[in-house]
Amino acid sequence: MHRFANPARFMRLSTAILPWCAGACALSLALGLYFALFIAPPDYQQGEAVRIMFVHVPAAMMATSVYAVMAAASAVALIWRHPLADIAAQSAAPIGAGFTLVCLVTGSLWGEPMWGTWWVWDARLTSVLVLFFLYLGYLALVNAFDEPVRGARAGAILALVGIVNLPIIKFSVEWWNTLHQPASIIRLGGPTIDASMLWPLFVMVLGFVLLFVTTLLLRMRTALLAAKVRALRLAEVERMTHAPAPVSS
Amino acid sequence: MSALDTFLAMGGYARYVWPAYGFAVLVLGGLLVQSLSAYRRCRRELAALQGEGRQ
Repeated sequence: MHRFANPARFMRLSTAILPWCAGACALSLALGLYFALFIAPPDYQQGEAVRIMFVHVPAAMMATSVYAVMAAASAVALIWRHPLADIAAQSAAPIGAGFTLVCLVTGSLWGEPMWGTWWVWDARLTSVLVLFFLYLGYLALVNAFDEPVRGARAGAILALVGIVNLPIIKFSVEWWNTLHQPASIIRLGGPTIDASMLWPLFVMVLGFVLLFVTTLLLRMRTALLAAKVRALRLAEVERMTHAPAPVSS
Repeated sequence: MSALDTFLAMGGYARYVWPAYGFAVLVLGGLLVQSLSAYRRCRRELAALQGEGRQ
């Protein structure tokens, strides 16, 4: 595995992948938005408000999936000390926080007309809010140390502890009485959404996944370049301080 | 009402649907743009440093 993920190889691989990823992302989001706004039918109960689903559900899926990615990268970083794993986890965190925020806000905008309230402290909404705070806490912790290595380690441990929240989010709608509806897509017995809404949703999910990968690769590349810039600056300072003083004539 | 007005009205839910889409574009698009500009800035810095080193 180390052979496939050393930084130099990652830079080469990501250079090749990035344009395709970005192109596929733009294409699927354009197609997904067209399906979501024009092709998908209005719901028989919710009318046009159901179109919020095409942003809310993919954002919610990404909010939890990105956390799983971040936790997996943190585990790799803690166990194998892999240099790219910490960078992957730290690059994923702000993107995951973004998806979670979009999930919360679009959910609120959907809740007001359908439930009659912007917010309710039910188990699903509360556990997703906790997920958002976990992302923020992780980012704050990672940057709270003078030594980046210690910050990375503390953050990785927090990310792993926070995994406990993922099954709580997933099963909150079954374990407790929630205002939020139970699962209708990823469930035993198959989805209960009509195909005319399910397909636009799949395209949007694909677009969101590609958006995540594109942004993640960009941020990881930036982190690697920034490390190189720091090293070069340090070498420069080193050279200046050790250089013999100019001899005056 | 024209077809465009009907579309924009979203069956009376315009004030929920459009902010939802707008917020998603703002946050996710903003993250992408910020990541891209940070990446470009870093690449320029590195190019400048390596250019100095060669002299």
